[in-house]
Amino acid sequence: MSGRVAIVDVAQTKHGAPYIRNLTVSDLVYIVVKELLEKTGISIEDLETIITSSSDFWQGSGCSNVFYFDAAGAYLKDSPKVEEDSALGFVYAFMRILSGHFDKALIVAVTKCSEAPSISDITSLNSDPFYQRPVGIEEVTAAGLQAQQYVSRYKLSDEIRAEIAVKNYRNAINNPYAHRRMNLTIDEVLGSEILAYPLRRLEVADGSDGAVAVLISSEEAARKLTDTPVWIRGVGWSVDHYFLGDRDLLEVVSLREASERAYKMSGIRYPRKQIDLAEVCETSTVQELLWYEGLGFCNRGEGWKLIADGVTGMYGELPVNPSGGVLATNPYVARGLIRVAEATLQLKGEAGRRQVPDAETAIAHSTHGAAGSHHTVIVLGR
Amino acid sequence: MGEEIEPRIIEGALSLPYRWATGPVGARFLEGLKNKKILGTRCPKCRRVLVPARKFCPRCFVDTDEWVEVGDKGILRTFTIINFSFVGQVRKPPYIVGIIELDGADVGFTHFIGGVDLTDIEKAARELRPGMRVQAVWREERKGDILDIEYFKPVRE
Ligand SMILES: [Zn+2]
Repeated sequence: MSGRVAIVDVAQTKHGAPYIRNLTVSDLVYIVVKELLEKTGISIEDLETIITSSSDFWQGSGCSNVFYFDAAGAYLKDSPKVEEDSALGFVYAFMRILSGHFDKALIVAVTKCSEAPSISDITSLNSDPFYQRPVGIEEVTAAGLQAQQYVSRYKLSDEIRAEIAVKNYRNAINNPYAHRRMNLTIDEVLGSEILAYPLRRLEVADGSDGAVAVLISSEEAARKLTDTPVWIRGVGWSVDHYFLGDRDLLEVVSLREASERAYKMSGIRYPRKQIDLAEVCETSTVQELLWYEGLGFCNRGEGWKLIADGVTGMYGELPVNPSGGVLATNPYVARGLIRVAEATLQLKGEAGRRQVPDAETAIAHSTHGAAGSHHTVIVLGR
Repeated sequence: MGEEIEPRIIEGALSLPYRWATGPVGARFLEGLKNKKILGTRCPKCRRVLVPARKFCPRCFVDTDEWVEVGDKGILRTFTIINFSFVGQVRKPPYIVGIIELDGADVGFTHFIGGVDLTDIEKAARELRPGMRVQAVWREERKGDILDIEYFKPVRE
């Protein structure tokens, strides 16, 4: 094999909570896998390995994939599960193709947040029971601590934070798969109730229901299956210290590491110039700025300028989250793979009203853990 | 496949009791709290004092080799004011969570910040600022867990 690995195609549900409430996790998986097979013209017999991604906590049942692995077509197949972050499921599938043992791999991810307790309920279980959980550390609290530190250190205004939310919810209007599609004003964002000061309710990603499936293959197989293969050019992932107090929450060192690795692999030296768009995993407004900085789009503390100057807006030089991002759509475990799917649609030229013209290189970014402790960066190209 | 029918939802809950060992280092740290002492351990390589005490330095990957008592005062690195509820929450919102740099420690310590009037959250936030001094308020009857410190309160020095 050539060593090049391509994304053949993707499929996603119309994410939401009210829309798809009556369907099971298994139904959602079946829908996206069926659609993907129909789109690519392959049959389930053609697939040897199917990677699933979901969370036992979110599903409220151990071994969460046993409830839907058959809906992914994985009966009697080689079908492992990657817990918590589906972007890592993607990386796993990529490595399976690179190994030369498989020429096609399917990755499917699913979460129904509407069936589970809140993001805070679930993520407080990620904190150790001795020191952090008893003092209330979970995803939203950690995002608040990180946001306040950013506000204090860099004198970030409320308005810039709100603009990030306005941008993402507004972009979502152009994305038929997005959950929260809203045309809001800055005042409406800042007028929403305080959740974790300084963060308001509309600045923090709430959960969604949804599933996403991605088919990847070797170059030889891709050439037969699609006219618009999207190449996996680089991947990198890294994890920071566990204790929040051990980290400088504004340094995002694990994102810097992850992006350096992905950029090295893909030959990217000037990310701001060489990347046409990015789909990032912002669980809060301030995180979107931090991820700009960690991805090397700007210097530390200068993420706000990209918002103020419209650089990352839909018509800017480097649009970020044309899909509406995670603020708009957050089926928790699936959100990482949704970033990959959205970046893929952009590079295929199939992103409809959210299409970034002439996109050739895109980033899909995912994070997991309090205040972004783990990061995955995937560079895709046409 | 037939007509639309109303969603049917089956409700359930999980409540599972666990028993977690603190390990010898954790036990000594928690015993320290009982005696109003906050204990860290020092890494022989990077010389950082880590709090809560660790068996090894997560950065250098070597055993820590010295116990160090750090101050129960320090400076506030950052804070957030929590104004929503979730399962297992220890305090009733609104409340403040902070990261504190204790005197003599080289990493931050997460805990509650108290002694601040929270009737107006925006106003309370203006009174808090990174770099301000805070001090532990100890629980009367200490049990050897992290809540032996009730919270850290702002102090003027
Ligand atoms: Zn060390």
